[in-house]
Formats: sequence, structure tokens, C-alpha cells
Amino acid sequence: MPQLVSHPDEVKVVSRRFGLGATDIDKYIELDGYKATQLAIEKGAEWILTEMKASGLRGRGGAGFPTGMKWSFVPKVSEKPKYILVNGDESEPGTCKDHVLFLHDPHAVIEGTMIAGVAIGAKMGFIYLRGEYRYLLEIVEKAVADAYERGFLGKNIFGHQGVDFDIITQTGAGAYEVGEESALMESLEGKRGIPRIKPPFPAVVGLYGGPTVINNAETIANAPHILLMGGEAYAKLGSERNGGTRLFGISGHVNRPGVYELPMGYSMRKAIYEVGGGIPNGKALKAVVPGGSSCPVLKADEIDVGLDFDQMAKAGTMLGSGGIVVLDETVSIVEFALRTIAFYQHESCGWCIPCREGTDWLRKTLTRFHAGAGNKKDIDNIQYLAENMLGRTFCPLGDAAAMPTIGFITKFRAEFEEYLEGKRVENPLIQIQPYGEPVLEGAH
Amino acid sequence: MAAVTNTIFSSATAARFDKLETIYPLKRSALVPMLLYAQDEVGYVSDEVVAEIAVRLDLLELEVRSVLSYYSMLRTKPAGKYNVQVCTNISCMLRGGYELLDHCKQKLGIGHKGVTPDGLFSLEEVECIGACCWAPAVQVNYDFHDDLTPAKLDAVLADYAAGRGHNVALGSDHAPGPEAE
Repeated sequence: MPQLVSHPDEVKVVSRRFGLGATDIDKYIELDGYKATQLAIEKGAEWILTEMKASGLRGRGGAGFPTGMKWSFVPKVSEKPKYILVNGDESEPGTCKDHVLFLHDPHAVIEGTMIAGVAIGAKMGFIYLRGEYRYLLEIVEKAVADAYERGFLGKNIFGHQGVDFDIITQTGAGAYEVGEESALMESLEGKRGIPRIKPPFPAVVGLYGGPTVINNAETIANAPHILLMGGEAYAKLGSERNGGTRLFGISGHVNRPGVYELPMGYSMRKAIYEVGGGIPNGKALKAVVPGGSSCPVLKADEIDVGLDFDQMAKAGTMLGSGGIVVLDETVSIVEFALRTIAFYQHESCGWCIPCREGTDWLRKTLTRFHAGAGNKKDIDNIQYLAENMLGRTFCPLGDAAAMPTIGFITKFRAEFEEYLEGKRVENPLIQIQPYGEPVLEGAH
Repeated sequence: MAAVTNTIFSSATAARFDKLETIYPLKRSALVPMLLYAQDEVGYVSDEVVAEIAVRLDLLELEVRSVLSYYSMLRTKPAGKYNVQVCTNISCMLRGGYELLDHCKQKLGIGHKGVTPDGLFSLEEVECIGACCWAPAVQVNYDFHDDLTPAKLDAVLADYAAGRGHNVALGSDHAPGPEAE
């Protein structure tokens, strides 16, 4: 069971019910639960969209797209039914924030889904959780069943004639790629999780061909809080053009790892040294992967940056999914880069060539390099390969593999060169096969 | 309502599948959950499972297999009763994930995707399982075990070997709420 952590600098909005037993519907209602949805139904779509836009809320899955704007892209009139799809396929290495959200406040996700439904005129929502989160799926299923029992879901919700909303929960079965929005829709339609070409965008042609809003679970869980406190008040909690707060998962070499809710724009240095409690055993900081494994690494002298989408972009990296992975001075970047790339190679769906071949060759080259058989040209080749994947794939998985690789090579080139000169510390426990996965019967 | 009368599944799972067939705008959406729930019951996705699910969802067996081969949690051969999944991705690696994996290999005498001769345990090195802040983490079947050391993992494995694990009867001792702690 994940430990709940807390720090005085936290500003609790989406996490305000964590640890208070809000999985229980009565407790949730006592803590202002389901008020926002009733308000949303009474005040209508235009009001919701105005508040959501004013809140400055941007997608918490990693892309940072303004949520209110995303909702407003959905056509008002549609021949096909519209849908809300909540992305709980949290799989980006370093990210476990939605894990805590589903565990402690599943009703907030349900409420957010309903509010999005009212805003775009959808009558059905899906909450998709990764297959590994079975115990969380059971918590969400129970919450959905309780909401049906109270008449909060189903027909004529909250006694409003003609207002219907249904929620279906869904499980994945192990695939990072399915966290990409179009692959997520494919998976929900019972297919291989392969991305769709865009346009058309999901807001126009999405799930089952109908207009669809796809939001990360944390994004959607913010909606009820925004409606209750007002969009402007929410925006003020954060930094310029980055409204509100977000859940940051601090992991790796820190004294107090955990999921903390901090205001947007909060100092990265303070997040590591104060909130996360600093580096254990008196070690020095070497680097930070700031927002999940796909974000380019920051060196120890680059951490005086605010944690919001714009400041991180200015620093040459991304806020991503808010998973801050802290590396102390003992970490070998060659080893870390290899492990990162091995992951993307494993998860590449193989649909488009730059990603399928690119991740494969990066993994092969880095494996050889790590094993001590590298040469100087490999370093350039790794960078060249990664740069040629960027922007050339159907979905962001190719970029997600290329960007951190370029970061490791450009910022720690000296370490790669020293590695060739014999200053290598090969970890004998890392046995990553040079030529892809071993062929085993019954294995995929 | 049941389309399949000679089902290979228990009555509870068959009833669940009957329901799953009806709730989605398109029946095929039930495919991934069905495969996973079938695997939970049978232990793996057998030919019989593929055949019945294909009939239930009006799909070709080929279409079912095409989806089956995509998802890493689905398997076509039995695993151990307790499938020990050790995460070695970055956050776990930094806190000893590889040491845990190595410890499991020594302790269980099997490698990645191996099964112990008594069929009790199987071992898998897995990608990020979403427990980064409580690393290093291991999942045994569906249960998370966080913040482990080799010694703590030994105790966890001993619990499973002695029949005290959460997953002994699926669904019976799952997910205590935070207030239960």
C-alpha cells in the first residue's frame, strides 16, 4: 500500500481528500462531493467551459494542452454519440500519481467525467485503467456502482429529467503505447493499441467514430474542484498561463519519495531538497529526469527552474507527467540511458519504421557500448539516430525515446567518452540482450 | 442471454462475460478485459479460451490472437501460481530493482519468464508498474509489494509459499482501503 506523504509547501486541491476515506460515497459527499456535478447540470455547458478556460488547467498527462479549449473543440451537434474517455493507463516510468488518485479519491474522477460530459453533451464516459492496476480498478468499480445506486449515474441523474450519464470502467492488459490517446481508443475498441493518424482529431472523430474528449485522470479530477472554487481562484494557485496545482511524484535518490501536490511553477530545487528531503547518505545530485522518462535530463546545475510547462520548455526539457526522478552522483548515465531506451524499444508498437527501427538500433548500440565494446563513432551515431526519429513518427513514442537520448548524449558526452577510455562501471546485473528479446515459447 | 451455453468458464466468469457483451456500444470492446479475466481463471489464454471468446464476440480466432499477441500481460502458456513481477525500470533500478531481480533468480532458481518445477512461482522482469515513489516494487499477480529489500521480499515470498498471500483466492482479500491500515 503506497505511503501517503505530506509537506507544508503542498497546496492540496485534487489531493485534499486523500487519506480521509473518500472512497466511501457518504464520506465523499460529506467532503463536498457531487456538489460540482449538480452545479454543472444546473448552470450548463457554457458556464462550465468559461470556468475551465479561466482556470488555466492544462493536461496533466504530459502534453499540457489547455483542457477548457480541448472541451470546446467538440462540435455542438453530432450525428454520432459523443464520449468522454479518461486515461488512467499511467505507464510513463517515474509516474505513479494517478495510482494514488484512484486509490484515495475515485469519486472525483467519476465527477470530473460527468462534468466533461455535461460540457460537451456526452452521455457516456469510459474510465480506462492499466491492467496492472487491478486493485484500483476494483476501487473505481465500487465507486461507480455506489454512484449508480444513489441515482448519480444512469437515467435522470440527480432527479433531472432527461439528463442521463453512464460510466463504463475498462482494464488494459499491459502496453505503454496505449497511453497515447489514439492507441487508447483502439484498445478500448478491442484492437491492438496502434496509433491513428491525425487529423481527424478525437474531438471530431474519436471513439467509435464519435467526437471524444480524452483527458488524463488527474486532469479530469480537477474539474469538480475548479467548478466549486471558481476558475480564476484555481488559476491563481499556479504560475502564469499554468493554472493550479499538480501531483508530482518524486522518486529515485531522495529521502522522502512520494506523491506531493505542489503549485505550478514551484521550484525544482525546493521540490528535490525540501519536499523530497534531499539526497540520501550525503551524496551529491548528478541529474534529474524532470517529468517521466521521456523528458530530457537536467544536470545538477540546471535545477533552478520552475515546475510549469513553459519554464520547463524554456529550460530545454518538459514538465511531462510530473514524475521527478532524482539521480545521485553514483549513477552511470550510460547505464541509465540504456535502461531508458530498453524500455522504449520494448514498448514500441512497431507500426511506424522510425520508431520501430530507431529504438531497436539505439538499444543495440547502447547495449554494446555498455558491455564495453563501443567506439567513439557510436556516440555520434546514437545522437544521429535519435535526431532522425524526432517528429517522424505517428505518435509521440518515437519522440519520447529520442528526446531523453539526445539529452543524455549532449549533456553527458564526456561521461560516454570516459566510458570508452576504461572508466566504465558495468553493472553485471543488467543483462539486456543485444538483439531484442530472447525468443521464448508463450512469451510476447 | 448467454450466447455460449457450453462455456469453459465458471458460472461467475460466464455471467461476467454475458454482461460485458452487452455494455459497450460495440461488443468487441469487451475483448481485452475478457482475455485478462479468462487468464485470471484459467491461468493463461488457452486455445479453448480464444475459441470461446471469438464466438462470444463474433470475431475470428485470428482477430482474437492478433490482439492477444499485443498485450504484455497476456500469455499463452501457464505461469506459476504466483507470478512474481520485478520492476527494473528507472525509479526501481535506482533503488535496487536489479538486485531484487537477481535475488529472485537465485532464490527461485529460475530466470525471466521461468516457472519453478512445482509450479508455485514464476518470475518476470517487467517494465514500470506505476509504483515509482515506493520503489523498488514487485507485483505478485495483482498485488503490489512496495519499498522492498531482498530480506523483505523473502518474507513476502514465504507468505505466498505458505498460502498467506493476498491473491490466494482472487478477489477475496483485495484492496483494503486506506482506513484499514
